[in-house]
Amino acid sequence: MSSELLQFLLSGITVGAIYALVGLGFSIIYNASHVINFAQGEFVMIGGMGTVFIASAGAPFPIAMIGAVLLAVVIGISLQKLAIERARHASVVTIIIITIGASIFLRGLAGVIWNRDFHSLPAFSGEQPIHVAGAVIVPQSLWILGVTVAVAVALFVFFNRTMIGKAMLGTAHNPFAAKLVGINTNNILILSFALAAALGAIGGILIAPMAPTHYQVGIMLGLKGFSAAIVGGLGSGPGAMVGGLLVGIAEALAAGYISSNYKDVVAFVIILLVLFFMPSGLFGSRASERV
Amino acid sequence: MKGATVASRYGGVFVLAVIVAVLPWFLPNSFYFDVVINSGIAAIVCVGLNLLIGYAGQISLGHAGFFALGAYSSAILTDNLGWPPIVSLGSGLLVVALLAFAIARPILRLKGHYLAMATLGMGIIISIVLNQEVDLTGGPDGMPVSSFSLLGQEVDSELGWYWIVGGSLIITVWLALNLIDSAVGRALRAVHGSEVAAQVAGVDTTRYKILIFVVSAVLAAYAGSLFAHYTGFLTPSEGSFFRSIEFVTMVVLGGMASVFGSVIGAAILTALPQFLTVFHDYEHVMFGLVMMLTMIFMPKGLLPSLRNWINKRTS
Amino acid sequence: MNFVRYICTLIAGAALALCSFIGIAVADTIKIGSFLAVTGPASFLGDPEKKTLELYVDKINEQGGINGKQVELTLYDTGLDAKEAVTFVKRLISEDQVDIIVGGTTTGETMAVLKEIEKAGIPFISLAGASVIIDPPKKWVFKTPHTDAMAVGMVYNDMKKEGISKIGLIAGAGGFDKSCMKNAQALAEGAGISIAIAETYGKGDNDMTPQLTKIKNAGVDATLFCGFGGPSSIVTKNYAQLGIEGPLYHTHGSCSKGFIKGAGDAANGVRLPCAALLVADQLPDDDPQKTIGMDYIKAYTDKYGSDVSTFGGHAYDALFIAVEALTKAGTTDKAKVRDAIEATENFIGVDGIFNMSESDHMGLSLDSFKMLEVENGNWKYLY
Repeated sequence: MSSELLQFLLSGITVGAIYALVGLGFSIIYNASHVINFAQGEFVMIGGMGTVFIASAGAPFPIAMIGAVLLAVVIGISLQKLAIERARHASVVTIIIITIGASIFLRGLAGVIWNRDFHSLPAFSGEQPIHVAGAVIVPQSLWILGVTVAVAVALFVFFNRTMIGKAMLGTAHNPFAAKLVGINTNNILILSFALAAALGAIGGILIAPMAPTHYQVGIMLGLKGFSAAIVGGLGSGPGAMVGGLLVGIAEALAAGYISSNYKDVVAFVIILLVLFFMPSGLFGSRASERV
Repeated sequence: MKGATVASRYGGVFVLAVIVAVLPWFLPNSFYFDVVINSGIAAIVCVGLNLLIGYAGQISLGHAGFFALGAYSSAILTDNLGWPPIVSLGSGLLVVALLAFAIARPILRLKGHYLAMATLGMGIIISIVLNQEVDLTGGPDGMPVSSFSLLGQEVDSELGWYWIVGGSLIITVWLALNLIDSAVGRALRAVHGSEVAAQVAGVDTTRYKILIFVVSAVLAAYAGSLFAHYTGFLTPSEGSFFRSIEFVTMVVLGGMASVFGSVIGAAILTALPQFLTVFHDYEHVMFGLVMMLTMIFMPKGLLPSLRNWINKRTS
Repeated sequence: MNFVRYICTLIAGAALALCSFIGIAVADTIKIGSFLAVTGPASFLGDPEKKTLELYVDKINEQGGINGKQVELTLYDTGLDAKEAVTFVKRLISEDQVDIIVGGTTTGETMAVLKEIEKAGIPFISLAGASVIIDPPKKWVFKTPHTDAMAVGMVYNDMKKEGISKIGLIAGAGGFDKSCMKNAQALAEGAGISIAIAETYGKGDNDMTPQLTKIKNAGVDATLFCGFGGPSSIVTKNYAQLGIEGPLYHTHGSCSKGFIKGAGDAANGVRLPCAALLVADQLPDDDPQKTIGMDYIKAYTDKYGSDVSTFGGHAYDALFIAVEALTKAGTTDKAKVRDAIEATENFIGVDGIFNMSESDHMGLSLDSFKMLEVENGNWKYLY
């Protein structure tokens, strides 16, 4: 493998891992509520900006990071309790508009309460690049990949080995049947929003040392995460992971080999092609329509 | 019963026409004209988009792409190639119609959120092209557009534009209502209810969906073309993802499957930022809040909720 | 019931908004109008511009206003939307009836409102970069920032001094980036520079190593980066990580402390042209820009606690050129104020020394830029 290709792949996988974390959030909320939460990107922003501002108030970084994740979780739960739950009988499009309203609201608040400057976090373990077969990788990339893998494993165990995780999957599959067997579907919804918010915030914290965070950073990351979740197949955890990596690698290779002007176009064309041939994404279940 | 709803529908067109006819006497200056004209332009897009979302049940998060294509074709053909504006407008609509027709079949095979993603991707691709082709479009810094002229008569007054946009809106609404009352409309409602059931009943659902997709795209392009000549300057933000979301929000806020709701939704969302400037830094916070609260308390949109409420009071 | 209450609140809110919307004209004030991209993708520029205008309008009023009249600032946020910019300019002109407009964060917004400005005949000082705004000169339109072409010219001069001839370009997708890149390509031949490779990145990108890898493999003597905001830091970091040979040049889009903070150690060695403001403390004592720069830095950091950027400086210069013109004209008569702005002579601003004329509605010369290098995490004044 040429060192150039390796460099492109390393870049694509690193960025793709962040898309995957955001995409997982989309999928988890979709599973629990069939809602696309367009405020998902704001959790990413809250993770990064929250850490910066809690740390600037004097807290050590690990505490600030935990604080920021908790903040995102609280906001995620509030979003579910105050907005989504009240509109549970509304149409899907209506709920999408509510989440878009929420994202404008949260972004506006962050711009005023925090500020509109760019902020960086220090890299977790230095910035000395590591050379691999002619390509370089920074330690932060390893952190991003490591944490993403750890999160994926933890989620797998959670959904397949724990009672509550299985209850969540069951609710996603058939909420009515889940209620019948005594699952509190309301709690499942809250848990889903909390989990999705935490995943987004973790993504935001991981990327902040590489790319400065900003009150509007959630817009594009949210969009890419949504693309990842869709390409992988909505509601599928492995799908979101693969989708994220696919989008990230497509961008990097397109920038490297085709045209950096049109790399995002290439990425979206790939997404469209995937959908044309697999209308439910790579790992999505083929939905049957109720007549 | 049906006669009554038809009467109320066309009564609505009459009310709209009366409002359009008398409104100019209540607009004190060019700023108010600007807000009203921009509302009208957005309303044309939304009436078309509502046919797609509200009646055919197909979401599109990419209609600003069509709006921008219409706007930029007018600008490029008129200013770079020196075509008469009306010919540019017609050619722009034709291009958009062909493009919409070409992508409609594969895109409309998708359902729900997958369709949302595909239309979103299409809109983003258009917006990136507009941004990148600097020689043609001026890129992010935008390009000037000469004013609209027909038969040697140049339109450059606000009142002139007001009548053009107002007239176009009335015609658009009238066409939309006719479409809904036609066989196409009935088939569409069947598609919205259950596509499979409609297919089983022998309705060629794909054909109707494609037709509505093309109609809504052409209306968006037409509005875009008016906008280009009216403001005289275009930037790629007209085709951005945010603008697409804004159009969908107008439709949902006004009321899905309500033609007049779309007009009201477009007017409110165009004027709202002008009111919210009193909140200064908290402008966007308030905007988001209004959006959320309206949709939580009136999930069916403003006009249908209002109608329900009035019906409840009177019955 | 809920619904009724909601409607009532909505109506009450709208009525309240309408009252302040119509407003009550305060007699005998000078009205300055402004529209800026305070939020949106250019908030990095618009935010310090807004802060600067608000800070100094307050200061001017504390000191007795202009010719004894208080100054009233009406400022709208466009969110970097040209359509909104046009609406707000119409509002400023016909509804708020301002005497002069200072604003327009980006070239797109500025160009979109020119038709309205010229039609209404109101003096307008833009804060945007591109030279199309004032070339050819338009009767009512002026601007304060240096043009992208000037920044590129300055960089090319420095490259020649360093014996650099083959360079790579990297730029973003924004208006500033595109305009800078276009100028870099247009001016290269005349400056004896060859551009071996030109790469771009997209909105919201987090890693530019693929593009920089291509630049590295093209074997260039130096690289020029056209862009601003967060990507300044990302490109600089990636450049260092890949160990690319040759110096990295930025343009005036990176003239803010936020860039150095974001890029960390990787910023060291970056060379760029900036307004004197950033190195005011290092200027020789007889430099006329020294005091004004130091004062601006102090006032801004005292009030907001954040570092100054040169973007707020554009607003500072525009505001005070307007104030000087209003003072000299002794009236708010638009034609007289316009003439006074055009007659601006030897005005010492933070961007440089302005000398406007009928043919030059910006009035800055190339020597208003200073060449800087980042050294030990700080700006170092070269020449």
